Amino acid sequence: MLRARFLIPLAVFAVLVVFLGVGLTLNPREVPSPLIDKPAPAFQLPQLHAPDKTFAQKDMLGKVWMLNVWASWCVACREEHPNLVELARSGAVPIYGLNYKDERADGIAWLARFGNPYQVSAYDRDGRIGIDYGVYGVPETYVIDKAGVIRYKRIGAVTPEILRDKILPLVKELNGNA
Amino acid sequence: MRKLLALLLVLILAGSVLAREAPTVAADPVQEKRAMALAEELRCLVCQNQTIADSHAELAVDLKNQIREKLKAGMSEAQIIDYMVARYGDFVLYRPPVKVTTLPLWIGPFALLFAALAGLFYYILRRRRSPPTQPLSKADEARVRSLLDGQEERR
Repeated sequence: MLRARFLIPLAVFAVLVVFLGVGLTLNPREVPSPLIDKPAPAFQLPQLHAPDKTFAQKDMLGKVWMLNVWASWCVACREEHPNLVELARSGAVPIYGLNYKDERADGIAWLARFGNPYQVSAYDRDGRIGIDYGVYGVPETYVIDKAGVIRYKRIGAVTPEILRDKILPLVKELNGNA
Repeated sequence: MRKLLALLLVLILAGSVLAREAPTVAADPVQEKRAMALAEELRCLVCQNQTIADSHAELAVDLKNQIREKLKAGMSEAQIIDYMVARYGDFVLYRPPVKVTTLPLWIGPFALLFAALAGLFYYILRRRRSPPTQPLSKADEARVRSLLDGQEERR
């Protein structure tokens, strides 16, 4: 009995360690999006490179595509950018950009400098469409299926691991089934 | 000296670059009050422990402007809350709703408190019920007495 009592602080400590350990693996910045499995919010925006032309989410109905929210002022975008350029080169999935709260000239210059993986970038100057998509930390990436439903959202940079383990298998599945 | 002047100039210029235009405010003070009351209820996604009323993050400013616009358009508070939850999830609510998924959040602290109190009562009860301690031996008793009388020398 006496011995068991000495073990109590140790047990409490062990429980604490487990809780803290699990806490370390969680990312509090990643808030689950309520938009998963919901239709992608409608928008029609001028294109970044051609202000007289527009891009709308309904242009993409019937295709599986990726929407990547980016900005020239966003540091993590620069980090993920080579991965997107690589993905675009592979042709696995068409990538469309949403240039979020950026200056048009800055955005164009940024793409000229780091490469342009986007078929088209829509230009969201005041970030209104970003709000509709629940954007709060650029970069954010959505995978949208043929019916125009959001199937996946990544908050933060897209890494090669995420592409390999999450996005590419999902794209394959969506292209195969629908 | 020249370097110092140059530094000063840079600092002054930097200030003017960093300066922002004053935040927009709804013209109608009643509406502004409603907007700010709503903003107090919503969590800023960028700096997660602040409401969007307190936060100066760009997204918070945008969301406050959205609230003002929607109030102006005649939307009710509940409609605006729904609008935010549809985009950012329950997380955006500074006071989380009572739902199955948030139950541990609401009940957890009380459950912990209750468990701790139960443990304490159990401990006290058990101690009270435990048999009286063994009587002192003769030698010990003698020593206690002498200590209390201040007779025994320090060891």
